[in-house]
Amino acid sequence: MTTVATATKTVSTRPGRPGRLRASALGILAWLAGLAFVAPLLWMVLTSFHSEADAATNPPSVTAPLTLDSYREFFGLTGGASPWPAMINSMTASVVSTLLTLLLAVPAAYALSIRPVKKWTDVLFFFLSTKMLPLVAGLLPIYLFAKNTGLLDNIWALVILYTAMNLPIAVWMMQSFLAEVPVAIIEAAQIDGAKLPTVLGRVVAPIALPGIAATALICFIFSWNELLFARVLTGVVAETAPVFLTGFITSQGLFLAKVCAASLVISLPVLAAGFAAQDKLVQGLSLGAVK
Amino acid sequence: MTLTKTDRVAAVPGGAAAPPPNRIRAWATRAPLLPALIFMIVVTQLPFVATLVISFFDWNALYPDDRKFAGFSNYGDVLSDPALRKSIWTTILLTVTVVLVSLLLGLLLALLLDRRFRGRAAVRTMLIAPFLLVPVAAALLWKHVLFNPEYGLFNGILNAIGGEGAAQPDWISEMPLMAVEASLIWQWTPFMMLILLAGLQSRDSQLIEAARMDGASDWQVFVHITLPHLRRYLELGVLLGSIYIVQNFDAVFTITSGGLGTANLPYTIYQTFYQAHENGLASAAGVIVVIGSIILATFALRVVSSLFREEVSR
Repeated sequence: MTTVATATKTVSTRPGRPGRLRASALGILAWLAGLAFVAPLLWMVLTSFHSEADAATNPPSVTAPLTLDSYREFFGLTGGASPWPAMINSMTASVVSTLLTLLLAVPAAYALSIRPVKKWTDVLFFFLSTKMLPLVAGLLPIYLFAKNTGLLDNIWALVILYTAMNLPIAVWMMQSFLAEVPVAIIEAAQIDGAKLPTVLGRVVAPIALPGIAATALICFIFSWNELLFARVLTGVVAETAPVFLTGFITSQGLFLAKVCAASLVISLPVLAAGFAAQDKLVQGLSLGAVK
Repeated sequence: MTLTKTDRVAAVPGGAAAPPPNRIRAWATRAPLLPALIFMIVVTQLPFVATLVISFFDWNALYPDDRKFAGFSNYGDVLSDPALRKSIWTTILLTVTVVLVSLLLGLLLALLLDRRFRGRAAVRTMLIAPFLLVPVAAALLWKHVLFNPEYGLFNGILNAIGGEGAAQPDWISEMPLMAVEASLIWQWTPFMMLILLAGLQSRDSQLIEAARMDGASDWQVFVHITLPHLRRYLELGVLLGSIYIVQNFDAVFTITSGGLGTANLPYTIYQTFYQAHENGLASAAGVIVVIGSIILATFALRVVSSLFREEVSR
C-alpha cells in the first residue's frame, strides 16, 4: 500500500532536474551505506577462500588465488577436531526447542486471541515481562540444578532452557498473527456445524501457517546463537556450535582463513533462516509491537 | 477494546448455559494457556527466586561446608568492590553508547531506505546481513580479521592508503571498550533500522501529501510530522536495544575476555561464579541486574502497551 502511494506521488509531483539529481544522489548514498555495512562480511567470505599465508598479509592481498583449504581444515579433513558433533548438537537444541516452543505457544496464543481468556492482555504482558529479565541472573541456580540432577553437559538441558527463553517471543508473535484471523469466519463455520478440530485445521491453520513459520525461524535463530548457557552448561559431549567457535578466541599462529570459514559455516543456518523470515523479522524482534 | 473481545466470547453459540457448564467452559478456555504459563514460571521465574535466596548467603562453592546466612553483606561487597562497581559503570556506558549510536545510524539508514531507488531491496538485504551473523562469529570477525594489529583489514587499509609510516594502532588494547562497542554497533544498527523503517512506512502518506501541498519543506515535514510519529518507535528501539545489550555476553567474552576494563555485569556474574566460585556474590550481582532491568522494563512495557493498544483498536 505504501509503495503504491509513493509511486503515485512520484508521478504526480514530477520532480524537476535538481530534485531528480538529489534523489539519485541519495540512492547512491544508500548503496554506499549498504556496501559499507556488508563489506566486513564480504571480506570475511573472500578471506575464507584464501590460503592462510595470503590471508595474513599487510596490505591485504585482495586478488590472491582462491582455495578451499580452510574449509577442508575446518571440517576436520586434515586431522583437527571435527565441528560436526557441535553442529549436530546445535541443530538438535535449536530444532527441538523450536518445536517445543511452538507446541506450547500456539495453544497459548489461541487462548489469548481467538477465544481469549479474561484479562488476556495482562497475561500477554506477563509473558513479555519475563523476557525483559536477564536470564544471566538465573544462571547460577540453573547450573546448580543441572549439576545435581546430572543434566550438565546434556543437550536436553539446553533444549528446555531455549524453549523457555523463546516462549515469550513466540507467544507474542503468534498472538499477533492469530488476532488477524477473522472471528466471523470461525463462527460461521461453527454455525454450519463444523467441529472445533475441523475449524482449526481448515480455517485457522491456513491463515496462521505463515506466522507459525516466521515464529519458528526466529526461535531457531535465537537458540542457534545462544552462547552463555551453552558455555556454562555444556562441556565435551553437548558442546554447541557457538561454543565450538569460542575455541578461536585466542590467536593460534596463521589461522585467519580458518576463523573466517568456521564463522561463515556456523552462521549459515542463521543467515538462511534470517533471510527467509526477513519480512517478519522486525515483528519478532520487537515482540510483535511493530508490524 | 477488551470489552468487545469479551462480548465476542459470550456470543459464541452455546455460551448461554447453566452456571456449572460455564465454569467448565471457563477452564476449557484457559486450558490451552496453562502449559505455556506453568512451563514459563517454573523454568524462568523460580531460578530468580533461588538467586534471591542465595544472594543472602556467604557461599563459596569451593568451601561448601562454610555456607552461612550473611544478610545483606553480599550486596555491601558487590557495591563496595571496585571491580564489580566498575562493571556496573561499564554496563551502563556500553549499553548507552551502543544503543544511541546504532539508533542514530539506524534512523539515517531508515530515512535513506524509505525512498524509492534502484536496488532498494538489495540494499536492505545487505544492511540486514550483519545482524544475521552468529554473535560469536561477528565478534571473532572484528577481533581477528578487522582489528588485528599486524594483518587486520583496518590496518591493512591504513597501510595501503598511507604507505610507509602509516599509523598501525593496536585497536583492541588501545581502545578496548570502543572495539567491543564497534562490533555491537555494526550488528545492532540493522535492528534499529528495521524498527524505524517500519515506523516510517506506517506514516500517514495523505497527511504528508497535504503538508507538501501547503508548501512545507522536507525539513519541516521531518520535524513536524515524521519525528513526532517516530517518537514511540525510537523509544521502542532504545528500550528493546537496551534490554538486549545490557544482557550482552558474547562480544565481551570473545573480543576482550572481560579484560582491559570491558567486563560488564553479565560477564562479571559469569566470572564470579564460574571461575571464582563465589555463589553468594554472583547472586547479589544478579539481583542488582534484575532490579536495573525491572526499571528499564517498566518503561519498555509502557511503550509496547501503547503501541499494542493502538494496534488492537485499529
